[in-house]
Amino acid sequence: MKKSSLLSRLLSVATTLFGISIFVFLVLRVIPGDTITSSLGIETGALNQEQIESLRKYYGIDQPIIGQYFSWISSFIQGDLGFSYSTGAPVLQLTKSALLVTMELALLGTTLGVFLGISVGMFSARKPGSLRDFLGQFFGLLALAIPGFVLSTTIVTVMANKFQYFPNGNEYMSPVEDLWMNLQQMLFPSLVLGIAVAAPVMRTTRSALLETVDKDFVRTAIGKGVTAKAVRLKHILRNSLIPIVTMTGIQFGYLLGGAVIVEKIFALPGMGRQILDAINKREYATVQSSIMVFAILFVTINLITDLIYRRIDPRIK
Amino acid sequence: MKRERTWINYYLQSTSGIVGAVLVLIMITLSLISAFSLAPHDPLEQNPMDALQGPSGTYWFGTDQFGRDIFSRSIDGMRRSLSVALLSVGLATLFGVTLGVVGGYLGRWIDNIVVRASDVIFAFPAILLALAIVNSLGNSWIDTSIAIAIVYTPIFIRVARGPVLSVKEMDYIKSARVLGYSSPRILGRHILPNVFAPVVVQVALSLSWAILTESGLSFLGLGTQPPDASLGLMVSEAQALAAFAWWSLAFPSIFITIVVIGLNLVGDGLRDALDPARRSTS
Repeated sequence: MKKSSLLSRLLSVATTLFGISIFVFLVLRVIPGDTITSSLGIETGALNQEQIESLRKYYGIDQPIIGQYFSWISSFIQGDLGFSYSTGAPVLQLTKSALLVTMELALLGTTLGVFLGISVGMFSARKPGSLRDFLGQFFGLLALAIPGFVLSTTIVTVMANKFQYFPNGNEYMSPVEDLWMNLQQMLFPSLVLGIAVAAPVMRTTRSALLETVDKDFVRTAIGKGVTAKAVRLKHILRNSLIPIVTMTGIQFGYLLGGAVIVEKIFALPGMGRQILDAINKREYATVQSSIMVFAILFVTINLITDLIYRRIDPRIK
Repeated sequence: MKRERTWINYYLQSTSGIVGAVLVLIMITLSLISAFSLAPHDPLEQNPMDALQGPSGTYWFGTDQFGRDIFSRSIDGMRRSLSVALLSVGLATLFGVTLGVVGGYLGRWIDNIVVRASDVIFAFPAILLALAIVNSLGNSWIDTSIAIAIVYTPIFIRVARGPVLSVKEMDYIKSARVLGYSSPRILGRHILPNVFAPVVVQVALSLSWAILTESGLSFLGLGTQPPDASLGLMVSEAQALAAFAWWSLAFPSIFITIVVIGLNLVGDGLRDALDPARRSTS
């Protein structure tokens, strides 16, 4: 890849991040009820004007809006994400552990999804128009259409009530504390996310395979006497990988969105739940910084996908 | 003489297109039944004596913990979901196509701003962005629609801008310019028709995403508030009931799934019908 194109890509990522920070800041600024009201509740009424002023000063919300933005973003860059008003813990610390949970969930979900998607896609593409193709496509459609929260709720209900199995009812265990428990707790949420990822991966795999099958080099390989299995895996699948990788990257990003709902249902202390909790408690600082972290993660993933994509497809310069 | 076949003829040849259209029409009809208060029961009416009854002749989909009719609530929820989807995708199409076409045609800094702004919105997972915006705006169905519209506008910008970029350098546009046609005329008469096909397909798909986003939001407690019925909220309430009242979870879930499947099939059918390269030769 040319250095200059990488540089311009990085530059555009930087401008996007700048835009995101302004956007996040503005969207959350519209929330009715300021920090003081939300942290003190009804007791705010008992404060006199002077006390309110000094609290506003303490939280920094007496400054003009541009000043607030710059003081937020400069401390954000320095790693100071503020404090959670309800627990007093630094948001950076909360975010670190939450980020690990979400990343583990996203990686497991993507892996499952890609595996499932490619398998079903190959299964379908073997004989276009046949019953197996119909079944494969029907799976794809269902996986696309059943919302994650429906699937999660169904799994929780069935597992907990019919099989008395609900590992997520226990306290969350990180992989370091108890790997076996952690994997059990991650199983269903990552399966739900994986199924959502599998749908588009399956569709992409199917159409990419069908497109590659007709290529000359495949006919040549068959003519040379390469076994059917080797043609399928080494010639067809390999050359269909570019769109599949791209789709996976895109889905990995979207999966982070699905994580918000799945983490809530399965009681996983990840980024999504952190943001939801903070929204419910009206904690500006936590919501703002967490969403910013989430967006950075999302942009980074897209950048990485883009780089991999350029690498495996030499035609893109 | 045989008339030239329109895309509607092609659409009607696709099985998935027809199945999708039927599913969507059923859901629209049910919504209209609810809209004109023709549902078998009032969706808000509580009958504590009849709480948590299974499906029966009186209560087709059973009742919830307050003895409310789940069928009537489901079609009322469907009406809300479809209203939000239509308004939000309508707004997103209007703004997205306008910005995409104008940006793509005029180029330079206007295009630059449009593209940058949509990159910013693309940098958020849809549900998260919608969550943050709804949280700021409020919980009415119009607020929800505006939030979802903001989330999906960039997709329409991208879909509309692409064809404009590829068409605007073509000779017929250049000649139109040489002939002294005004920019609005060139845009409206010569460029916009090229944008039609991809946008129509995108509308169908976005409607299905909008329904998923809307129900996701209401599942999380944003958007429609109790006691009003919404499919996401019903699933959320069913979490506590489903163990002994499967119908409370099953029916609202099936409704969401059917309408999303329907819209996706319609999208597939439209894509095949509008794309000459994909039309089956028959």
